[in-house]
Amino acid sequence: MTKETHWIEPHPHGIYVKPADAWIDPARPVSRALVTHGHADHARGGHGKVWATPETLAIMKLRYATADGFAVPYGDGFKLGDVRISYHSAGHVLGSAQILLEYKGERVVATGDYKRRSDPTCAPFEVIPCDIFITEATFGLPVFKHPPTAVEIQKLLWARETNPDRCILVGAYALGKAQRVIGELRQAGYDDPIYLHGALEKMCHLYMQLGVDLGDIRSVMETEKGDMRGQIVMAPPSALNDRWSRRLPEPISAMASGWMRVRQRARQRNVELPLIMSDHADWDELTQTIKDVSPSETWVTHGREEALVHWCALNQMKARALEMVGREEEDD
Amino acid sequence: MMQAFSELLDNLIYTRSRNGKLRLISYYLKQASDPDRGWVLAALTGELDFPTVKASAVRNMAMERVDETLFRLSRDFVGDTAETVALIWPENPENTSQEHLSVGQIVDELAAVSRSEAPKLLANFMDIMGSNERYALLKLATGGMRVGVSARLAKTAFAQAFAMPIEDIEEVWHALSPPYLELFAWGEGRADRPDLTGIPFFRSFMLAHPLEDKKLDMADYVAEWKWDGIRIQIVGTGQETKLFSRGGDDITSAFPDVADAFDAIGVVDGELLVRGEFQGGEAASFNALQQRLGRKKVSAKMRADYPAFVRLYDILFDKETDLRELSWTERRKKLEAFVPKLNPERFDISAILEARDFEHLNEIRDGARDAAIEGVMLKRRDSPYISGRKTGLWYKWKRNPLVADCVMMYAQRGSGKRSSFYSDYTFGCWTDDGELYPVGKAYSGFTNEELKMLDRFVRQNTIKRFGPVREVEKTMVLEVAFDSVHQSKRHKSGLAMRFPRISRIRTDKPAAEADHVKTLQKMIT
Repeated sequence: MTKETHWIEPHPHGIYVKPADAWIDPARPVSRALVTHGHADHARGGHGKVWATPETLAIMKLRYATADGFAVPYGDGFKLGDVRISYHSAGHVLGSAQILLEYKGERVVATGDYKRRSDPTCAPFEVIPCDIFITEATFGLPVFKHPPTAVEIQKLLWARETNPDRCILVGAYALGKAQRVIGELRQAGYDDPIYLHGALEKMCHLYMQLGVDLGDIRSVMETEKGDMRGQIVMAPPSALNDRWSRRLPEPISAMASGWMRVRQRARQRNVELPLIMSDHADWDELTQTIKDVSPSETWVTHGREEALVHWCALNQMKARALEMVGREEEDD
Repeated sequence: MMQAFSELLDNLIYTRSRNGKLRLISYYLKQASDPDRGWVLAALTGELDFPTVKASAVRNMAMERVDETLFRLSRDFVGDTAETVALIWPENPENTSQEHLSVGQIVDELAAVSRSEAPKLLANFMDIMGSNERYALLKLATGGMRVGVSARLAKTAFAQAFAMPIEDIEEVWHALSPPYLELFAWGEGRADRPDLTGIPFFRSFMLAHPLEDKKLDMADYVAEWKWDGIRIQIVGTGQETKLFSRGGDDITSAFPDVADAFDAIGVVDGELLVRGEFQGGEAASFNALQQRLGRKKVSAKMRADYPAFVRLYDILFDKETDLRELSWTERRKKLEAFVPKLNPERFDISAILEARDFEHLNEIRDGARDAAIEGVMLKRRDSPYISGRKTGLWYKWKRNPLVADCVMMYAQRGSGKRSSFYSDYTFGCWTDDGELYPVGKAYSGFTNEELKMLDRFVRQNTIKRFGPVREVEKTMVLEVAFDSVHQSKRHKSGLAMRFPRISRIRTDKPAAEADHVKTLQKMIT
């Protein structure tokens, strides 16, 4: 199964595309980087040149002083060396892409991170047939089955309705999850103002600029404590148990994350209202995606790769785990 | 209904405050109907047991539906078998029945099922439930709710629900059994207090707080040894005698010799001890006692080799007279009059330590190295006998622990809220040949910050994996505190520690300077 001589080389700190002399989501500065999406474990600062979707470039620009960026809209192709490269939506967060690489008749898709279910804040996942499918496995265990999003949103709305004197503080990843929770609330017909922790404001405004309507969003800093009773407040997960939350009226701490499926994980985070919402594929979606794409070989980058590789073996599909470092999204 | 119970469980898991938990439970106890609520109360207080439904049945049932490797990896991640099975269980697409099972119905069927039929019965229930109910079912069936609710808290919730003093509940609790219909009837004012005359039942123990840094005036407090045996309560009705352990478990069958020898009517509190190899000599160590604990039947040889006796601390009832309201001093007089009527080979009285003052007591405590002595007890002379731990009345003052510097060898993930951390450590000491031999295992004593640090160390220094166990580089020195060391044939090092816990993390110490097995052997008692 060794693929050391293949034109795609997995390394602990990224995937090297030899004939293009470029790296996919490198964890350290390189001269040419192909970036799938804006999360910090995939997009870093300090690269020479970066190829990414226009949205991802905008996100990177907000987070880092990015070097030269080449905007690659979904579906457009370009060539580096003899490799033809194109970006296709991954459904993970705004601007997230799978990267299709074509070289000497072989097609390789690197997914970065992805999910299959609908998200009002980003384009849906596209199935791209290929020979080698490089997939994530963040929730790659059969215990992870994300419930229908609408059910979780109803849990949140119900908690709000039954606690008119308190606020519901929802911890959510600053890029993607926070905007998705807001978007899902709006889709469910909730149009009260939603209050934001400072760390979320810039990203939410960027989403708005990029055409994602989040409705009436306001800053916690500029709001009187009493005005947030019976309201929904969003913050990064790290702020849930932080002294920052003292400015809120008796917050009920909620967290929107796929990890909330496991009770003791939710308890570890002192979460009172777990909302099982993830921007990653759950187990059924990961395995269904491999079936849909039907590659001749599957490579698993990060997460619970052992289980997914084992599942492939059970189903007589060729698979291997790549040992990638530093890609644990505990906050998803 | 099962659904109400599963909602209660989930709400309890996510509710941090004690008052919040009390509110949830008492609301449930008022709303739910008989016998469901009684079974739930039993589950929360740990009184529910289905002997034919074992954790292994749950595991085996899952194995029939799920690949073994995928299950093992999942269990490893989730850290709890019941939850893993509840989450991983394939949803039944035909489950549209919306059948609402009651807790009572499930309990009845679980109680009646045979060991071999148990997995099938569980699977049938699981197929018509959602994942939250499946979780509640498995917790109910295998025990160990792990929702941060003690038996005491559940009883307090009952007391709150029906506006009764908790003491009234505690007093009758051990004479009743699930589903507690007469207790609910009493609580709701539909019946009188249950009649308990002639039933030998357990009364909750009076317990002590650790003394810590306090200093006490010996004019107000009396001191006696804290014996290292098993605290027991003896209840004699004249017809029957029962022995109860600290948690109220009936341990009469493990010590029939003691029960038979008690021919009085009354309730006493004491320490069960075993005489050592020199029969009739001083009380032997806890180790000897362990040989007899947990046995359903005790052989004649065992009785002869490990003769048990009880050192009495206190008296709760003399005949039918309740003495618990009296001061310790008054009760002591009653006890001194009671003990001479008993067989002296089986029962004696715990002596009072004659300490001039607190400093003198400290000297006496420091001087004690008898293996049967765990420390000293301090009891307020005017204290009544009150169940539970009441501040200021009784204190325990343990001997200073022994310590050794050991090297971390293996680590394993914890369970429950520690399931994502490597929190169980096996550590070793050096032999003369420069080899490390495991000497113990500890999973407590560190702060959350230290746990994160140790977890990181394990992840970054793993050299081998054996299933869930990781072997690490032998570089981390842990100072381990323990109460005593005993001989053990089970371990390569030939010894075992009692109550080992991590007292300090010695990142400043090179592993080569950790202690030797020899040093520990000298501490064996």
